[in-house]
Amino acid sequence: MLSKTGVPTPQQVLSVFPKEDDLKTLKAIIECYDEIPCNPCESHCPFDAISIGENINTPPKLIVERCVGCGICVSVCPGVAIMLAKVSDSKATFTIPYEFNPKPSPQQIWHAIDRHGNVIGDAVILKTVDTPKQDHTALISVQVDRSLLHDFVTIRSKHE
Amino acid sequence: MKQFDCVIIGGGPAGLCAADMALEAGLDVCLIDRNPRLGGQLIKQTHKFFGSKQQYAKIRGFDIASILIAKIKDHPRCTILTDTTVVGLYPGPIITVYDNQTYQQLKADKVIVAAGASEKTLTFENNDLPQIMGAGAIQTLMNVHGVIPAKEVVMIGSGNIGLIVAYQLLQANIKVKAVIEASDTIGGYSVHASKLIRHGVPIKTKMTIKKAIGTTHLEAVEIIKVDENWQPIEKTSEVIPCDGLCIAVGLSPMHQLLSMLYVKTKYIGPLGGFVAIVDEKYTTSDPNVYVAGDALGIEEASSAMMEGYCCGLHVANDLGRPHPDHDQLIHHYQNELHQLRSGPHGTHVRKGLAIMKKEVDHAF
Amino acid sequence: MRIIHHPILTFEHKKEIPFVFEGKELIGYEGDTIASALIDHGIVTFGYSIKRNRNRGFYCAIGNCAACNMIVDGIPNIRTCITPLKANMVITRQPNKGEYR
Repeated sequence: MLSKTGVPTPQQVLSVFPKEDDLKTLKAIIECYDEIPCNPCESHCPFDAISIGENINTPPKLIVERCVGCGICVSVCPGVAIMLAKVSDSKATFTIPYEFNPKPSPQQIWHAIDRHGNVIGDAVILKTVDTPKQDHTALISVQVDRSLLHDFVTIRSKHE
Repeated sequence: MKQFDCVIIGGGPAGLCAADMALEAGLDVCLIDRNPRLGGQLIKQTHKFFGSKQQYAKIRGFDIASILIAKIKDHPRCTILTDTTVVGLYPGPIITVYDNQTYQQLKADKVIVAAGASEKTLTFENNDLPQIMGAGAIQTLMNVHGVIPAKEVVMIGSGNIGLIVAYQLLQANIKVKAVIEASDTIGGYSVHASKLIRHGVPIKTKMTIKKAIGTTHLEAVEIIKVDENWQPIEKTSEVIPCDGLCIAVGLSPMHQLLSMLYVKTKYIGPLGGFVAIVDEKYTTSDPNVYVAGDALGIEEASSAMMEGYCCGLHVANDLGRPHPDHDQLIHHYQNELHQLRSGPHGTHVRKGLAIMKKEVDHAF
Repeated sequence: MRIIHHPILTFEHKKEIPFVFEGKELIGYEGDTIASALIDHGIVTFGYSIKRNRNRGFYCAIGNCAACNMIVDGIPNIRTCITPLKANMVITRQPNKGEYR
């Protein structure tokens, strides 16, 4: 259970993933399960694709058809709890928030990590974006095997 | 003796916001802080803040400090005394301050005590060894001075502070060997816990520290499982080598200056300890003394800011010099506070404030 | 030791401040407190407890707990965690309550 382990249940994770048909383009995966008073994801979304409402303790909900996968919510989320995902053929592509040094470079291969902190495979780095707008929350685009779609959450250097 | 309309003790989020409103309302303000820099705990917060736009959400804590400081620092009616400790608070109100081996007295029409909180500690064998540090101390070293506090750290406490500081240690490339939590549930926000777990930090619930190991400084800690009555279970202990132990087991409001004044105080557990009893205008049983922020009960810095704004507005209004938008602003900031406290993580605060409300009816 | 690369913060190289600890000449940097400069040099014992002579170190960093009190330029009970480091300060460990002179 999340409040005892810090790891969401598989059901919780599935509940925040859009249907795979909707994942042909990047969509936000919002892993904010707690009721906490916070709403920058909603207030910064230029497409009104995240809904929290009047009570800022309400967990955010993605309005899938409005989300264009721009990634603004990924860098503004104070909980570092949002990523983008899409699927194509045998691959899943993610854009994750990353607040550590060193940053990965394109073409490097890092460990793919699951929500328990375990290595679950390889992550090919596609792109690192770290502009002043993101205020030191870099956006890293990576590709992993499609089978890891619901397990992948972050990356770790192979040289640690 | 120097005289001010309003003396504010503490230049953290509550004090800075109170100063901002009092200055906007036209008061002469003196803001005192014992640290070399204003900003209180904000200057060591490297994470993006929760909340909404009104609490500077998604801006990192140290940047919020800069924003709040910039608003007041060059104001012609604001006197700032840093490196200055308030050592006495007397009816009048008279404030005695200590700075560089000298004492001086200030007189104020109104005093706002925004002194913040101090960290709680834990009782265990060898808990006085060097390299056992409070979470705030570790943050100061890393995030203010850029000094590495230790190479391998064990964190005690899984409230938001413990979880956030553990993440900050990782960001400084310092190994966090474990987060230890005596309860069966992680205290802080799940998002903070999840960040740690996925970056390889175990959170060990139902465990506490049995003792610190070392002679001249910390070398390891022995941790042990506890049962449902918080009693250690024999033969379940493990030793973790480390050169830093971070204690993040909560905060207590700084009530000491208020106790000097004999204003009515009470121990209110859900607010973190002894607090002054204040009415809805943040006024203590001494009508010239007000309290805001963590000194009035432990909450997030976002709430401290909102309380500071409200308190500064009330002080000006009570001096007969209200802010031009007094009613509207009070309504706005109170509504923000209500929002911040209305979720499940606000349960404690709501409970504490209910006790406070009952006490006010008796006290005044 | 100092943090060189940090994902969020930038630590610029600051002006050096020479000081003396227990007779040894050391270097701190502008912006340091006495305590941060000492810990940078790996010094973690700041004094000794009054009764049992146990090592005392840095604990609260906000001037509250008195664990970091030291003798600075001959004056005891200086809260080194909130006292800015100044050039040529002479700092020693405090073994007692502090003696009034």
